[in-house]
Amino acid sequence: MPAIEIRDLRKSFGRLEVLRGIDLSVETGEVVCVIGPSGSGKSTLLRCVNLLEEPSSGSVHVDGVEVTDPDCDIDAVRRRIGMVFQQFNLFGHLRVRDNLTIAQRRVLHRSRAEAERIATENLHRVGLAEKADAYPAQLSGGQQQRVAIARALAMDPRLMLFDEPTSALDPELVGEVLAVMRSLAAEGMTMLVVTHEMSFAREVASRVVFMDGGTVVESGPPEEVFGSPREARTREFLHRVLEPTRVSEAEIGAHASAPLAG
Amino acid sequence: MADPETLTTGAEARPAPVLSPPRRRLGRRQRQRFWRLAGYLVFAAVLLTVVAAADWGRLADSFFRPDVAGEMFPEAITVALRNTIVYTLLAFAFGLALGLVLALMRLSSIGPYRWFATGYIELFRGLPSLLVLFMVGYGVPLAFPDREIPGGVYGAVTVGLGATAAAYMAETIRAGIQAVPKGQLEAARTLGMSHPRAMVSIVLPQAFRIVIPPLTNEIILLTKDTSLAYVLGVTATTIELTKFAGDALNTQVNPTPLVVAGLLYLAITLPLSQLVRWLERRSAKER
Ligand SMILES: Nc1ncnc2c1ncn2[C@@H]1O[C@H](COP(=O)(O)OP(=O)(O)OP(=O)(O)O)[C@@H](O)[C@H]1O
Ligand SMILES: [Mg+2]
Repeated sequence: MPAIEIRDLRKSFGRLEVLRGIDLSVETGEVVCVIGPSGSGKSTLLRCVNLLEEPSSGSVHVDGVEVTDPDCDIDAVRRRIGMVFQQFNLFGHLRVRDNLTIAQRRVLHRSRAEAERIATENLHRVGLAEKADAYPAQLSGGQQQRVAIARALAMDPRLMLFDEPTSALDPELVGEVLAVMRSLAAEGMTMLVVTHEMSFAREVASRVVFMDGGTVVESGPPEEVFGSPREARTREFLHRVLEPTRVSEAEIGAHASAPLAG
Repeated sequence: MADPETLTTGAEARPAPVLSPPRRRLGRRQRQRFWRLAGYLVFAAVLLTVVAAADWGRLADSFFRPDVAGEMFPEAITVALRNTIVYTLLAFAFGLALGLVLALMRLSSIGPYRWFATGYIELFRGLPSLLVLFMVGYGVPLAFPDREIPGGVYGAVTVGLGATAAAYMAETIRAGIQAVPKGQLEAARTLGMSHPRAMVSIVLPQAFRIVIPPLTNEIILLTKDTSLAYVLGVTATTIELTKFAGDALNTQVNPTPLVVAGLLYLAITLPLSQLVRWLERRSAKER
């Protein structure tokens, strides 16, 4: 049974069709990286998996439970799906420790002592045990994102969703977050990751999915998608992302300006 | 075609000192200084004229008579000031609770809740507090003679002033809730919290932090509005500051009681407005 099974998923915002029939399954223990241009629907796809967005049609199963079923207890399903956002979304009024314990206590009804033990464990895992008493605003972006990962892990999720977890970070802070994600992958966590970090996808992903215009254009092992992409759109996207300084004016439809008089 | 003043190179730069000699730049600063000094002088002259024109002896005799002020104590504190504070706190608590409910209804996805809250807020923001107080104190008892608001005058003031305060506080709280980034609610829901749980544990604590300064302002306004309670026919035990001072004014035929009452109001409101300022500075620093 796949950890995530998405069938013919469609999603429209008003008249804008953002997802146009997505089929995708993620096996337990797999790390699937979703890449694609801005606006192609990657975030929307991820948010449909835990129903932060309501799909217009199609079905999504998580661990065999159909989340798109109107009778599904979505809070129960979400407990098993960790999610990490581009903007971290740490709870600003709570210390790091309480960010990690509040859902454990209120949702899983763990005792304070147990919740704090698990919080400390997970802060250790992301290398931030000494920041337990800090407020989120006192941390760097990279540290905040690692706390956000620890907060999700403290709920013992069966799988993790990442939506561009490093896109809001200064370049020198990207590495520490990717390191945490790499070690998670090595521990066998099932992960669905939207990312622009091609080297991470190449190195860590079991499978890479390229999306464009609300559809899955191409998917396969990273060495295939990056090494010998079948589709022209994939090649063009990779060219733009991997060699941004070599994108020619003709490609983007710009015209070399006429030589100026004088 | 270029504006000659923007060119700073070559011969064109040279005429500039001639057009605006250094003396003129210094002159502008001097002019500024002159006008500021002139302003101070006029202000001081007006102040001095008023001070000189006032008959200080009679002023002190009218407004600051220690014997008249002495007559007012200790009741001014033990009854009048105490009741003013009690009315304020009761009306504030009622208004805050109702305001929170209205704010949540206003943001609800259920249409009728939203319409009700919007209607209530528009209605009570548009009506004078005095009219609402009359309505609660006299209108409702006339319409429903078999029922009454519990707590007598206390209950009527609580509801009468709280109903209006609730409308203002609802709007303040709604703005506070909307100022909490959407990602906070999403992160909470992602961790498996239900919507109400996420509101209570995550969104509302942050929203209230944002609205504490405006809510403190609301307490100041309410403190002053409790002076309207006299229209409900307060007794010796339920009297508040303004009515108490008015009565003393009548019996003593001297305005000193008004000054005493004014100082007692300031004893409540000045610390509160200092508190608001401090809270605003603190939250400005946090952002
Ligand atoms: N709540 C919404 N309401 C209306 N339109 C939306 C909403 N969310 C997303 N969209 C639109 O859907 C399209 C896909 O958005 P989405 O965020 O899924 O793209 P993305 O692939 O994640 O892009 P990016 O790389 O920039 O994050 C965009 O055109 C976006 O404007
Ligand atoms: Mg996105």
